[in-house]
Amino acid sequence: MTIAARPALAPSPDLLEEEHGPTGMLKWLTSTDHKVIGKSYTITSLVFFCMAGLMAMVMRTQLTSPDNTLVSQHLYNELFTMHGSLMLYLFAGPFAFGGLANFIVPLQVGAPDMAFPRLNALSYWLYLGGGMIMVSGFLTVGGAADFGWVAYAPLSSATNTPGAGPDMWIVALLLTGFSAIFTGVNIVATVFYLRAPGLTMFRLPIFTWNMLVTAILILIAFPVLASAMIMLWCDRHLGTHIFTVSGGGSPVLWQNLFWFFGHPEVYILALPFFGIVTDVLATFSRKPVFGYKGMVFATISIAALSTSVWAHHMYTTGTELLPFFSLMTYMIAVPTGVKFFNWIGTMWRGSLTFETPMLYAVGFLVVFLFGGVTGILLASPPIDFAVHDTYFVVAHFHEVLFGSAVFGGFAGLYFWYPKFTGRMTREGLGKASFWVMFVGFWVTFVPQYILGLHGMPRRIAEYGAATGWQSLNQVSTAGAYLLFASVAITLINFWVSWRRPVPAGDNPWDAHTLEWATSSPPPHHNFYWIPPIRSERPVWDYNHPEHATPNGHAVPSPVPAAVGSLAAPGSSDGGAGGSGHVGGGTAQ
Amino acid sequence: MPRRNLLPSAPTPTKRRSRRVASLGALALLVLVLGGCNVDFGATKGVTTQSHLEFRLWFWLMVAGIAVAVFVWALIFWAIFRYRKKDDKIPKQFHEHIGLEVAYTVIPLIMVLVIFGFTFVVENNIDNVLTPPQVIVNVTAYQWGWIFQYSKPGPDPHVNCTLAPKDCVTVETAPNAAPSALAQPYTSPIYPQLVLPVNETVRFFLRSRDVVHGFYVHAFNFSRYAQPPLTNAFEIHPTSTGVFPGQCTQYCGLYHSEMLFSVKVETPSQFQAWFSGQEKKLQTQASLQSLVSRS
Amino acid sequence: MKVEGTVLLVIGVFMGAVCAIYWFLSNETSGTMMLLGATLLGFVPGAYYLWWSRRMKPRPEDNPSASRADGAGVVAAFPSTSVWPFVLGVGAALVGLALVFGLWTAPIGFVLGFAALLGVIRESRRGGAV
Repeated sequence: MTIAARPALAPSPDLLEEEHGPTGMLKWLTSTDHKVIGKSYTITSLVFFCMAGLMAMVMRTQLTSPDNTLVSQHLYNELFTMHGSLMLYLFAGPFAFGGLANFIVPLQVGAPDMAFPRLNALSYWLYLGGGMIMVSGFLTVGGAADFGWVAYAPLSSATNTPGAGPDMWIVALLLTGFSAIFTGVNIVATVFYLRAPGLTMFRLPIFTWNMLVTAILILIAFPVLASAMIMLWCDRHLGTHIFTVSGGGSPVLWQNLFWFFGHPEVYILALPFFGIVTDVLATFSRKPVFGYKGMVFATISIAALSTSVWAHHMYTTGTELLPFFSLMTYMIAVPTGVKFFNWIGTMWRGSLTFETPMLYAVGFLVVFLFGGVTGILLASPPIDFAVHDTYFVVAHFHEVLFGSAVFGGFAGLYFWYPKFTGRMTREGLGKASFWVMFVGFWVTFVPQYILGLHGMPRRIAEYGAATGWQSLNQVSTAGAYLLFASVAITLINFWVSWRRPVPAGDNPWDAHTLEWATSSPPPHHNFYWIPPIRSERPVWDYNHPEHATPNGHAVPSPVPAAVGSLAAPGSSDGGAGGSGHVGGGTAQ
Repeated sequence: MPRRNLLPSAPTPTKRRSRRVASLGALALLVLVLGGCNVDFGATKGVTTQSHLEFRLWFWLMVAGIAVAVFVWALIFWAIFRYRKKDDKIPKQFHEHIGLEVAYTVIPLIMVLVIFGFTFVVENNIDNVLTPPQVIVNVTAYQWGWIFQYSKPGPDPHVNCTLAPKDCVTVETAPNAAPSALAQPYTSPIYPQLVLPVNETVRFFLRSRDVVHGFYVHAFNFSRYAQPPLTNAFEIHPTSTGVFPGQCTQYCGLYHSEMLFSVKVETPSQFQAWFSGQEKKLQTQASLQSLVSRS
Repeated sequence: MKVEGTVLLVIGVFMGAVCAIYWFLSNETSGTMMLLGATLLGFVPGAYYLWWSRRMKPRPEDNPSASRADGAGVVAAFPSTSVWPFVLGVGAALVGLALVFGLWTAPIGFVLGFAALLGVIRESRRGGAV
């Protein structure tokens, strides 16, 4: 145990004492430091991302010609099941709330660690164990799970998909589900209880706000997933008949349970990246977030609405209350639209520079808008009848999920890489990776929209030559290879910056929020010193006192009487007289 | 307060010219879109009354969607190019404008409510199963094929062909089709053909024998799950003849990719001829069977 | 503490309204039950936070004009390193595998999990102020 004290005004010597813990492998196994766990999470999730990406490459290659037999139909079914499962359960979510949030949220609220560090470590081990179990399904005799990432009953019953692979999938989701719940609890507790003095709720950075709301969504959604998995396991092994027709069960119940988890899950995968993009846009526009409170309310509305739209995945089951779910789905467009205009307002009249994180963030705006508009189309039941389960839907959700988790996620990765490692990435490689990805993205997914409108169903391992789908599929595959190349460039970029380090300094981007007030990478228990907090941009206010954030919210008097003028060298508590510059890095 | 400064300053002559060019371009685009009746945004009008309704909704939603997307993209690209960093001056730190924020909450809200209104009307028309049907088809999906059974509309139009198959004309997937069929065209005889009369209302009763399947005909712009243990009912009113591909869209296991069928829409007289031919075949089969069982 | 409680309460109220409307329109039980669960997930902690916010001392993080000195001092005791989360994770994975490959891994998993729980408790007792 170590006692974490919060620094008052000046760095105190006992806080500068580094931790003398184990190093190397043992450190990785035993650390409860949120930074180590966050890094482990990030690296692990990126490994799963690459695996799932390789599976996508195999599938895209299979579809380049009609009746291709590169992989058997059975293997193809396993591949798309595992591609979806890895991307959604093991990459996008854990990357956001296990990797980036774990590292960044305690820093952004000025906390020494997460509220429950050992629970945090347990989350990671459950996630790693679950992920390894899911992937090793490929090593079993019958192969990995092959019922699609949604595992619709009764296809997921013991008679239709026997074998160990599907069971391992179920167990993996139980383990990673609990891991997500623990992380959710941890984030909520950290944000509620470990904020720095003066950091009121309406001064939290938007990323932290979004992570808080995401955590609440996790607590609503993941227990449903875990219980559905237990029920499915009981059906498969204990002879219960919850989802089987023959025993009087209800297969459509599975869809209700799954999508009650599944649709909030989609927003669990999107909201964190909305937060990243917000912070990145504000930083590189050198302006505060436009409509901060509107942004927060929009996030909460999206979360609340997202738990009442689950059956829009089930329009064609013929059992659902179509107008209700259609209306609720349309309503989500409103807060999302508010976010878009706020993002544009943040850039408006700013002073924009386009470093790699900013490029990815703007790329996110451009691609996510298109995905959002096609989402409006799909929210309409008649149109969904026409394109349900076709490549139109595939293109839509790849556009929004890839748009948020990869464009938004890479914006965050490039943005915080200096904070993670203390090194800068190479701008040239970063920009190259963005442009290859941006082009590859449209080349991959626009043909898929058209294929869907031409009637190509999803999840088919082969199609006849007479369908005329070949040429568009080839274009899409070429785009997918570009995406692969882009990710490879990013990985090379990280490798180069690791081998030939360029020191980043504390605040290379002249960013706004508390994580940039500490060193890169941050010390044990994070802070030697915290700037005074008078708005949602304490570091900016401290560095640019003459351009401080207008106190539009929650601050009665702009500069309260400074209690401790014995402060850190050259600063009073209000931040007005601050002459020291927090950070001061290379990229200004 | 920076509120007033939020809007771009008064247009200079060059700006005005570029704006005129832009508005001319937008007008030209609109004329192109609306003038050409053949613009379909990649979708098909389909061959049924219901598919035409769906297509019209699709068309106008696409127009609205493209307009919104172009507007927002324009704002994004304007911001990117116009507000690029020019000097080291720190921009004005404004961060809210209540009127504007309320406006861009309320206007999208009204837009989606209007869209929902249209959707609601079209959806009710498409899902309507109240007209008395002229033909009833019982569709049963199974791993991995289709059974189409026709029951004549009589005193009991809901005759369940799975319970009384003798009263029904049956077309089904060849028993050996699925595992052997690599890449047959959808018209191949191993896949069943659903024959329908044109300009008559057809009611479908859709069931599944095992897992969830998706009954999907691209030319109908329509799909519906065969969701065990339910029976889904819907109606189709074909308006032109031809042969169209159909396929299972909901992933249903190993040979999901090969669960094909075709739809042939004929004139009512051709349909009648086909139907009585099938009935005759059924009778000869029945008499043959009775012969076999007697001997 | 007020904002925290209110956020959860607002989610609870919204989910409650949706739950009522959904039940009234559809009579479908599974969705209604899940919406009810979501309602409670908003209401129970939200009400608890609000109840507490009236009883607790004002916190410097809720005070917009708090100075840094207000929050200085001990935040909490945090565990420095601990092997037990890893042990518990391995135990949980082994118990999970027992659901796939038969019961023989379960006892090992339970032993590891139990050991980890004991270890964590002892660690906390040693650690002093939490």
